[in-house]
Amino acid sequence: MVDIAINGDNAIALAWRQINPDVCAAYPITPQTIIVEKFSEYVADGEVDTEFVCVESEHSAITVCAASASAGARTFTATASQGLAYMWEMLPITSAMRVPIVMAVANRAISGPININNDHGDAMSARDCGWIMMFAENVQEAYDNSVMAPRIAEHPKVQLPIMTNLDGFILTHAVERMTPIDTNDVKKFVGEYNAQYPLLDWKHPVTHGLMDGPEFYSEHKYQMVQAMDKVLEVSEEVFKDFKKLTGREYHLVEQYMCKDADYVTVVLGSSYGTMKAAVDELRKEGLKVGACMPRIFRPWPAESLVKILDGKKGVAVMDKHLGIGAYGPMYPDVVAALSTKSKMPKTYNYIYGLGGKDARVCDFKKIFKDMIAGKSKQFNFTGVEE
Amino acid sequence: MSSKSIKDLIKSDVRITSGHRLCAGCAEGIIAKQVLMGTDKPVVVTSATGCFEVSTTIFPYTAWNVPWIHTAFANAAATCAGVEVAYRSLKRQGKIKDEMRFVTFAGDGATYDIGFQALSGALERGHQMMFVCFNNEAYMNTGIQRSGATSFGASTTTSPAGSVIPGKAEYPKDFSMIIAAHNIPYVAQASPHNWRDLIFKSERGFECGGPAFINAISPCPRGWRCPTDDTILMAKLAVETCVWPLWECVNGEFTLTAESERIAEGKQEKKPVTDWINAQGRFKHLTREKYVPIVENIQADVDKKWEKLQKLCKL
Repeated sequence: MVDIAINGDNAIALAWRQINPDVCAAYPITPQTIIVEKFSEYVADGEVDTEFVCVESEHSAITVCAASASAGARTFTATASQGLAYMWEMLPITSAMRVPIVMAVANRAISGPININNDHGDAMSARDCGWIMMFAENVQEAYDNSVMAPRIAEHPKVQLPIMTNLDGFILTHAVERMTPIDTNDVKKFVGEYNAQYPLLDWKHPVTHGLMDGPEFYSEHKYQMVQAMDKVLEVSEEVFKDFKKLTGREYHLVEQYMCKDADYVTVVLGSSYGTMKAAVDELRKEGLKVGACMPRIFRPWPAESLVKILDGKKGVAVMDKHLGIGAYGPMYPDVVAALSTKSKMPKTYNYIYGLGGKDARVCDFKKIFKDMIAGKSKQFNFTGVEE
Repeated sequence: MSSKSIKDLIKSDVRITSGHRLCAGCAEGIIAKQVLMGTDKPVVVTSATGCFEVSTTIFPYTAWNVPWIHTAFANAAATCAGVEVAYRSLKRQGKIKDEMRFVTFAGDGATYDIGFQALSGALERGHQMMFVCFNNEAYMNTGIQRSGATSFGASTTTSPAGSVIPGKAEYPKDFSMIIAAHNIPYVAQASPHNWRDLIFKSERGFECGGPAFINAISPCPRGWRCPTDDTILMAKLAVETCVWPLWECVNGEFTLTAESERIAEGKQEKKPVTDWINAQGRFKHLTREKYVPIVENIQADVDKKWEKLQKLCKL
């Protein structure tokens, strides 16, 4: 396929057109809206078989999706920020119903104050809801993740909903060069959807969404834990197949110049690109630095991450969200993963890029330099202009 | 009247089985059974969180012989819409052959209050689904708290009859009329005491070709403080006093049905609201001498709404 110039939202809509889901229900919210606008054009032009439902709220969007997937339809949606917050009640219900919905989240700050720009406050506030979570560095990855997501979520060993995150505006609205996949290849790669215990199979009636007492609630949650554990191996299988198809290679945790590095940063989303540029510049100065990015954030790929970070002198965990009164959300996860080793690297938490605050190459270079000079504190809140 | 005889109805599939855990005297199981007799087609049932949901689906048991789904409290209509839209997509693609029907059961809290937005949206979008409200006039599952459907003067656990305030100080929303204003093909008020009328309305709702809404009065002996064997009597009194008139609105045309039609035609007596109030413990405080003016106000309100409805039905 010839390369195209496309923004992240339209790239996701393109992936969806190629996959051709049975149902899509969504509600407009910046910076996601372009996805469903573009997709509704495909529906209007008869390019997909999808029933597109313009619901009256995000709560209903995710509800229609959960029910539609329970009924037996491959179902996609998209949201951001307050939309994801408004869906929150339904997020753990959706995962407990074991329906493999694909949801694109155009990461945007959570109000208040109201702010339409990028950070990871929306996704991170939903991280304990039993959804698989993928992150993307650039538009190509946002597209590729969208093609791989249904394969991971719908795998018979998994059967969990999946969130494909992309940074609001930085990826959703910025036009980048991208190599699309041939539509027939996408269809073949994703395959037909075979729902488990669909409601519409009325000759075999099933009851979905029952009430559990204490004697079954933990057991059902434990089944979800087991399914989440399977996501790591299933994802690696899917990455392997994807490489065969496209030549593009993905990992649970991406890494850059980490092998001989003494100091490494852990970062999610588009900032990984900025971080790599910082690493390049510092390497020219002779500093042994590297960066890594969990592509799969839930389940937490602790083992892969520890392999990369073990033996380093310092690790800075970059969080685009803050648990006010504690740390950023990824920091405790990294520390917990590293605590399995007898000799832990020094770890630092950097809160950055909140509400669209620019995070530049020079800012990231300073973080490495502070870490090397022993100037970093355990908790660093950056970006405040006094 | 139902197109089927009672002999035929008795042979209907048992879609909700006995052995569920609804309270003795609960009207919800009766109404659900009657509604589900309204179609022979395969049906998928949705429920909102509430008495009906917790009583019929406690894992690992289910009272349902048909596909059934529950997600949460506020979104029963969106849940049903999701199933319906999946059906529409798969049917259009030839992946499903059978004609199917979709129905939601929700309490008045999940209809009048927290579920209103999702219901209004689903009706506006025109899903072919029927939404049935079990109107027992309060949040019974959480222990009898007042809702937007609770009668004026009723004592509930959040609108208790105290020494200063005599129960709920507001009249309920005229909810069926709000739904009629959505201009959907079928809206009706029904009561389980008149099973013929209710099943007929269910048949019409299922086959109206778009969204349908049935608001059924659903006596709750626990909340209404009445004997468990008086459920059907209470439902009947609601209609006979015109507290709960039976009517339907087909494509915008309003018609009174059954007893309500007969009362309007002068063929049946319109009972005083005191018959209704005196029969229920939730109104017990209103029988005191000092609350006579309140009871008069309630009667005046019933009369006013009944007059208005009759005018609407004569248009």
